[in-house]
Amino acid sequence: MKLITEAARWAIPFLLFFIPLYAHFRKVPVYETFVEGAEDGFKTAVKIIPFLIGMLVSIGVFVDSGALRILIDLMKPFFLKMGWNPDLLGVIPLAIMRPLSGSGALGVATQLIHQYGPDSFIGRLASTLQGSTDTTFFVLAVYFGSVGIKKHRYALKVGLLADGIGLIASIWIVSRVFG
Amino acid sequence: MVNFIWLFMLLTGITVAALSGHIDQVTESALKAAELGIEVAIGLMGIMSLWLGIMRLAEDAGLIQTLAKLSSPAIRLLFPTLKKDSPALGPIILNLCANILGLGNAATPFGLKAMQELQKENPFPDTASPAMITFLALNTSCITIIPATIIAVRMKAGSANPTEIIGTTIFATACAMGAAITVDFIFRKRSKI
Repeated sequence: MKLITEAARWAIPFLLFFIPLYAHFRKVPVYETFVEGAEDGFKTAVKIIPFLIGMLVSIGVFVDSGALRILIDLMKPFFLKMGWNPDLLGVIPLAIMRPLSGSGALGVATQLIHQYGPDSFIGRLASTLQGSTDTTFFVLAVYFGSVGIKKHRYALKVGLLADGIGLIASIWIVSRVFG
Repeated sequence: MVNFIWLFMLLTGITVAALSGHIDQVTESALKAAELGIEVAIGLMGIMSLWLGIMRLAEDAGLIQTLAKLSSPAIRLLFPTLKKDSPALGPIILNLCANILGLGNAATPFGLKAMQELQKENPFPDTASPAMITFLALNTSCITIIPATIIAVRMKAGSANPTEIIGTTIFATACAMGAAITVDFIFRKRSKI
């Protein structure tokens, strides 16, 4: 485990060292090539601005107004009826936030970890959940938006179904390993 | 579906705020979110430029082609519609690698680049191609072996063992990725185009 955290620290410096060095040995004019490639970064970032703002505004209003909290409260009896352990209810806000907003989900996860303790069941489940799915809804809007795709077809369904499986798998494995 | 969810979130948000007497909150949130959009985009400009520059170096040095060749059996299986030497392969592979390593910041630039390349091969420019949907499914459910951010949060919260959730995260992401590949496969078979 120590090895993995060390690897995380070294990954980017390693890439920044190794790729230019290797390119130099292959006689690539390193600086000019880097600049050429970097040029695209600006254009792409500008192109996604409208999609970013559209999503952030809608999600922001939904969360800050308290609508999300009401939705979660409405869902709680349903989960209890399905036989969920009441302990699990704590992670529902995170499960709903996760596909919508990366920074929002991180905020919820951090709050859960502090509230219940990092080594509690909820703390470990929140950590696993945060690390295990992505902001599906957001990525979809921005990635498709950046190239002008209007018809998303079955993409959102696939993404959300995978998130659902990730949630169930997280609950199962955390209960098994730490429960 | 995205249109519906977008409208639903916006309208319910405003209605709830109005009914609970916090209508000011709507104005504040909307303006704050719009500002945040620009902040994110500006932050991304720098990071994107950095990684696309490095990617160009790796491309010109032949590294990406090597990587693409090494992983091509798996990739070909997942993206049957892509040509063998498609320029989208490089950024797709780099995006998945960055996701696996938990380098969220590096993953986005490669992901957006991959979408641009996939769009060039898309016969219907306003409709998502099967390869794009497979890519997004993989991208959002990808196995993560180093959840760096959450480890940092756990450390700060005083966990006795901040990295103990790595194993459970790998398991959960592997399940999600397996599900994404399966579900995507089923949908792709069921739909034409």
